[in-house]
Amino acid sequence: MKAIVNVSLKAGVLDSQGKAVQHALDSLHFEGVSDVRVGKQIVLNIDTTDEAKARKDITQMCEDLLANTVIEEYEIELIK
Amino acid sequence: MKVSILQFPGTNCEYDTQHAFEQLGATTEIVWHKSDTIPADTNLLVVAGGFSYGDYLRSGAIAKFSPVMKAVKEYASQGGKILGICNGFQVLTESGLLPGALKRNESLHFISKHHTLKVVNNDNIFLENLSEGDVVNLPIAHHDGNFYIDQAGLKELYANDQVLLKYSDAQGNDKNPNGSVDSIAGICNKEKNVFGLMPHPERAMESLLGSDDGVKMLLGFLK
Repeated sequence: MKAIVNVSLKAGVLDSQGKAVQHALDSLHFEGVSDVRVGKQIVLNIDTTDEAKARKDITQMCEDLLANTVIEEYEIELIK
Repeated sequence: MKVSILQFPGTNCEYDTQHAFEQLGATTEIVWHKSDTIPADTNLLVVAGGFSYGDYLRSGAIAKFSPVMKAVKEYASQGGKILGICNGFQVLTESGLLPGALKRNESLHFISKHHTLKVVNNDNIFLENLSEGDVVNLPIAHHDGNFYIDQAGLKELYANDQVLLKYSDAQGNDKNPNGSVDSIAGICNKEKNVFGLMPHPERAMESLLGSDDGVKMLLGFLK
């Protein structure tokens, strides 16, 4: 099973990279972009077909290492 | 006095730190991160600056799982004195030994220059040789020095006198180079035995090289 973990700064924590990208889009005359958040994507291949177990394990990985929950939030997507 | 200095793959300030403390009369030992103990006669443990594990994932994120960190946590819980400088500060926040986190600088630039700092609180061993309101001049050199803590955490830091240093101008007014909450440059834990700061006191030991303001600070640990 493949898992995709998206980590980004929490809402309310200033994302300077997102702001810089938004300004760059503005200067390229792309209109109507009201917010940009830049995060990181971590792709994992895991040796299980048990979705519940995978989600539980990856949640623990996020809490322990993949995200710093003081400033970041994460989303887990599982692909069979 | 014995100062032990942690070395991870990518640490690059361990020898500056060693030189600085030896200049002040301490004996030193560099401790490789694979060690599962720290020297028994350690009076101060320094988590030196640099780029542990290449700053992969986040600054300090991988170092917190190095074998030595279990001993570091034990040492802290027994009241042992720990100083984290720059990447060492990041390792200590990632490990949960200090509150908050260090984000990418607001400007997104790596900042490397001398900066003035105001002493906010000297009721601790680190800054007791200085007075509150004193302005010191130390080098800063970081990409991820933007200290973040939520409002409740910030209130607690002030309530417990844990805010040690703030970025300032030469007169002591807040001046923020990197976006840190309340211009905070250095903090300690509630028990006041674990200290972390982004500026480099170990690089401010000679007036000929720009500043010797680090001497008074590091001497605080050698009593």
